[in-house]
Amino acid sequence: MGTTTTYREAIRASLRLALQRDPKVFLMGEDVGRYGGAFAVSKGLLEEFGPERVRDTPLSESAFVGAGIGAAIGGVRPIVEVMTINFSLLALDQVVNNAATLRHMSGGQIGVPLVVRMATGGGRQMAAQHSHSLEGWYAHIPGIRVAVPATVTDAFGMLQAALLEPDPVFIFEHATLYPMEGTLDESPVDLSRAAIRRDGRDLTLITFGGSLPKTLQAAERLAQEGVDAEVVDLRMLRPLDMDTVLGSVARTHRAAIVDEAWRTGSFAAEVAARIQEQGFDLLDGPVLRVCSKEVPMPYAIHMERAALPQVEDILAAAQELVGHHV
Amino acid sequence: MDPSPQAMLKEMLRIRRFEERCAEAYSAGFIRGFLHLYIGEEAVAVGAMHALRPEDAVVSTYREHGHALARGMDMGAIMAEMYGKATGCSHGRGGSMHLFDASRRFYGGYAIVAGGIPVAVGLALADQLLGRTNVTACFFGDGAVAEGEFHEAMNLAALWKLPVLFLCENNLYAMGTGLERHQAQTDLHHKTRGYGVASEVVDGMNVEAVFAATRRAVDVVRLGEPFFLEARTYRFRAHSTADPELYRTKDEVEAWKAKDPIGTLSAWLKLEEGLTEADLRRMETEIQEEIAAAVAFAEASPLESTQELLRHVVAAPQLQEALP
Repeated sequence: MGTTTTYREAIRASLRLALQRDPKVFLMGEDVGRYGGAFAVSKGLLEEFGPERVRDTPLSESAFVGAGIGAAIGGVRPIVEVMTINFSLLALDQVVNNAATLRHMSGGQIGVPLVVRMATGGGRQMAAQHSHSLEGWYAHIPGIRVAVPATVTDAFGMLQAALLEPDPVFIFEHATLYPMEGTLDESPVDLSRAAIRRDGRDLTLITFGGSLPKTLQAAERLAQEGVDAEVVDLRMLRPLDMDTVLGSVARTHRAAIVDEAWRTGSFAAEVAARIQEQGFDLLDGPVLRVCSKEVPMPYAIHMERAALPQVEDILAAAQELVGHHV
Repeated sequence: MDPSPQAMLKEMLRIRRFEERCAEAYSAGFIRGFLHLYIGEEAVAVGAMHALRPEDAVVSTYREHGHALARGMDMGAIMAEMYGKATGCSHGRGGSMHLFDASRRFYGGYAIVAGGIPVAVGLALADQLLGRTNVTACFFGDGAVAEGEFHEAMNLAALWKLPVLFLCENNLYAMGTGLERHQAQTDLHHKTRGYGVASEVVDGMNVEAVFAATRRAVDVVRLGEPFFLEARTYRFRAHSTADPELYRTKDEVEAWKAKDPIGTLSAWLKLEEGLTEADLRRMETEIQEEIAAAVAFAEASPLESTQELLRHVVAAPQLQEALP
């Protein structure tokens, strides 16, 4: 079963289903209505559900994210779209100081059942203010959930699952994935587990979001060279399913993490640290990281390619790992 | 029914005596962290809360003991919170700056200046979407008016016709920076013109004036329009326990103390309504008994076990945190 569709259309279908199913659900954000969404995700929803439930907001990230928090406390079910992750920095006060803290500061009296979606990542020549991958920063914060759907099915299902959570869920959609085609399975998805996207014996490549297609390509290339890579898609950065990661490393004894963020302080660093803390004896060599170069994202295409992790970089890391074994 | 001036006098006195006791407990080391006293500003909380209904929502600041008490929160639970006890209104997780009582729709003290204002706008949005005629009253100080969040939230509330009462407690100082040194336009209520939001300025040292002005404002808000009420007031004590008060003169403080809302109202009641010293003593005695009981409750209350440390980070987790 399952139909072929795009990541973008899967999110739209999920939004439509949510709006149909629960009259308390509404979508708000910059250009989500008349414009149809900066990435055309919400196209057609204004016409179907009206301006009360598909709300264009002013360019006031702090106010509309904060309003989402207040509305969630007040008993409705907001889905807030922030155009890009770089813009979301303007709302960080509301995220870090309010969304993530209110349940705790109130001694459990109030929760914030809020879903916030935004585009993340580079690879589209959008330069240094529209291209970064800061979802690892969000994953630093206790009190929120961080989802990074990498497949069409997760694009649909993680939003549905997020709407069942009693706490804020942030969904980071890699902008290069929107046109990606895939098979959509509309069955409920489990937010608590990472997924093994490719089985393998020789090494584990751990990744998430927009880096999954590149990592799977790298795994195919490795297979041609006789190296059998397992690919783990983390799916959620918080909470993080280390059981799946460690289960894979227990089979392969070698691991590399592919993460589009800058290496220093990256989420890849967190995963590497946990593997050595919890699975040191499983390892035949150091855990490697394939990350972006430490530079604000350049515009020129050759420079941007050089800055971002590429299939070749993943291959080089894999070969180094396998070399360690020899 | 309008609250009697005598009842409002007692409420103001209750807040003041409570906070004086908090200051003592702070000096004695029972309360730690920050303690921002509201002393001098009591007329604003008491007057404004009387204009609200129980189903209305309140969003406050880190100087919120007065708002919490005037909203009807239990004094013992507030004192226990400051003592960091499990019986505190926020289970000891919040402290002085983060008092909450969801049952009274008191949605907390916010310690990031202006950080509560967008949340208040959202609470009002929920009411509008659900067809409820509630008002959300959002308290903040003059310092908040300089923050982008204030302006973003004001515009959003006006644009969407949300029932928010923006209640600015202008005590003339953003911590230690005087109004004339942080605002180009010191008549703060004029700022709302650009957003098409109606506003009024009221003497925040006069509890009856605050009540009347808030009631007028709430009447507008309940019909589905935001309103900005600027209450001009003054804090008699330092900004916080850490403040050496180098930025204002003793003469200025004394001049404002002459306008003390409690002293002014009790003098008027004596003159016009026959309030006697015996009445005042009885009031004081009742308040001191309540405070003594609150302190005893706080002292006797247990500390939460550190085994519970990770509670309330997320709801009883459907998604377990995987901790290293």
